Amino acid sequence: MSKPRVAIFDFAGCEGDQLQIVNLEEVVLDVLGQVEIVTWREAMKEQSDHYDIALVEGSITRKSDEERIKAIREKAGILVAIGACATIGGINCMKNFQDEKFVRRYVYGDKAHWYNTYAARPVSAVVPVDANVHGCPINREEFVQVLKALLQGKKPFIPNYPVCVDCKKAGNVCVLLKGQFCMGPVTRAGCGACCITEGAYCWGCRGLVDDPNMDAARELLGRFGISAGEALGQIRLYDGYREEAR
Amino acid sequence: MSKSAKRELHIRVDHLTRVEGHGNIVVNVSNGKIEDCRWEVVEAPRFFEAMVRGRKWYEMHHITCRICGICSIGHTLASLQATEAALGIEVSEQTVLLRKLALHAENLQSHILHVGYLVLPDLMGVGSVVPLAGSHPAELKTVIRIHRLSNEFSDTICGRTTHPQRLVPGGFVKYPKVDELKKLRQGLTEALSDLKEVARLVCSLAERFPAFSRETEYIALKSNQEYAMYHGQVGSSDGGTWAPGQYKEVTNEFCVPHSTAKYTKHNRDSYMVGALARFNLNSDRLTPEARAVAGLFKLKPVCYNSFMNNVAQIVECVHSVEDSINIIDRALGRGLALEDIPPIKVCAGRGVSAVEVPRGILFHDYQYDDAGTCIGANLIIPTNQNHNNIYHDLQALLPSLLGKPEKEIELGLEMLVRAYDPCISCSAHYLKVKFKK
Ligand code: SF4
Ligand code: SF4
Ligand code: SF4
Repeated sequence: MSKPRVAIFDFAGCEGDQLQIVNLEEVVLDVLGQVEIVTWREAMKEQSDHYDIALVEGSITRKSDEERIKAIREKAGILVAIGACATIGGINCMKNFQDEKFVRRYVYGDKAHWYNTYAARPVSAVVPVDANVHGCPINREEFVQVLKALLQGKKPFIPNYPVCVDCKKAGNVCVLLKGQFCMGPVTRAGCGACCITEGAYCWGCRGLVDDPNMDAARELLGRFGISAGEALGQIRLYDGYREEAR
Repeated sequence: MSKSAKRELHIRVDHLTRVEGHGNIVVNVSNGKIEDCRWEVVEAPRFFEAMVRGRKWYEMHHITCRICGICSIGHTLASLQATEAALGIEVSEQTVLLRKLALHAENLQSHILHVGYLVLPDLMGVGSVVPLAGSHPAELKTVIRIHRLSNEFSDTICGRTTHPQRLVPGGFVKYPKVDELKKLRQGLTEALSDLKEVARLVCSLAERFPAFSRETEYIALKSNQEYAMYHGQVGSSDGGTWAPGQYKEVTNEFCVPHSTAKYTKHNRDSYMVGALARFNLNSDRLTPEARAVAGLFKLKPVCYNSFMNNVAQIVECVHSVEDSINIIDRALGRGLALEDIPPIKVCAGRGVSAVEVPRGILFHDYQYDDAGTCIGANLIIPTNQNHNNIYHDLQALLPSLLGKPEKEIELGLEMLVRAYDPCISCSAHYLKVKFKK
């Protein structure tokens, strides 16, 4: 049986997720042993090669990129979004809340008209996505687990409970008690609450759980003196696209 | 008549290795005359400077480090320094030591990734790192060993290899343990001999680097105390230094229609930043072993061969390892203390920073209102400063290649752009070169 063919593509993002794949070191050779990487880093338009699995990093931020992702979708049996930029729009969506003309002028001045852009969006807003590997950046172990499941024809397990569960398991002291904000109560778990373990708080990079109990979250955060406005600002750090789409 | 006299050549390299983005090489030669030789950057613009407007001072490093996954530590440090300058925050000596370690970890990680996974296959005449697993397993394992160590290095100091969480304005929110630092020191000592092995290997293949030379200006941080990475003055190989706050006098950004990344220029048509620029300005401050490796390659300042940036990266790997061992000794010698973040008084202000990241000098410039909300930002990343120099290098290199077979021209152009350190991409042959006949 021939090995499944995997292609990796990137759109607007920082390549941190691709770096996580490289950082698997020997494991990557192991995984690579079971698949054949046919494209990594750019759309090989001219290639007659087909691929079974497309891994896509980054948000869609231009009309021209829509065509590229649609072509990828057509060729791929399975399309996996990797990283917050691709799964939920990620930090790129912060610019969606500002006037687009202003944004372009602010960065490119009187040459603004040379550069096209539109509101950033996740891959799923343009083409159907079969699986998500969440995070900013992705978690290496989770990536391998999702890829393995897909290779076996199984549906990968993606948690749909809040980071607070991971956080309790990690034995962290809740940062709310220290008067700090945290997105943990409404953010999808699966990262092991790594940011809190490393001394920060949860910024919400894995996106909201499917049915976030916003009333309870508001009430909880309110109890610690955090306003709804502040919470909204935090949601817009990563999950602005969802907020915008509502 | 020479073969090049009536040469017809139309090259289009679509989406070359991402040099902080997607780039294309476009070459058109008609009847032996170069009609077009362009380096296009077609990456989707991300508008960070506009995005951070309205965000709070304590989020800035978290957001701006997402500009680049490969130098996220460098962006974090540049961001923290800019915020600290704006809000008047003083950090402790221990914080500076740990931050310098973080920067070395990233420098080592990024350089070894580039040299080991990208340049080495070129020099060995294969398309990617994958065939090396069969033909040169020992060498590849050495590279992987150094790469893994560099990631453990980042983990130990920053808590994560990409987008660190422990580094915040004012200092650290979590510290490495003494045992972890000792273990790291041991690993770094062992890596020194691994690195020298890699250096010898590359040296044995060094004749594959073209004997290219084009005089240009080199811009890098300079300091009286050390091989400047974490802080210093902005220096030029043409002479002169500027305070980070005067960066605009050096960078002079401008737009060109075929590139979404802005170009820069200073004294000449273009300037170069990165490992070779740092070496050219600061080689006398390298650690002894690093200087010995430079000697192995006969690398001397001022070197005008952009291909030698790859060699300067190897030299810097050794420097980063050796200097890190020294810093760890200092940190352990003075005793690792759990320090509180100093009290921060939020106020209006502007702060500029300049930090050396693997690919060159990086500037962050922020303005805050009195609530600590960002009202203005300017970010100038290294690769953007290099685009214009790549463009001029391509123009200079192409004529010397015209008599060669197409495959060699293609490889020469690819290697030139790669020498500037075009991002990750370890296994696939990702270049798409098209010759239209
Ligand atoms: S999700 Fe995060 S790590 Fe991945 S590309 Fe986007 S910013 Fe980079
Ligand atoms: S609110 Fe944040 S710190 Fe508290 S338990 Fe939840 S995830 Fe952990
Ligand atoms: S703790 Fe929050 S911000 Fe950190 S990785 Fe997990 S979901 Fe993302």
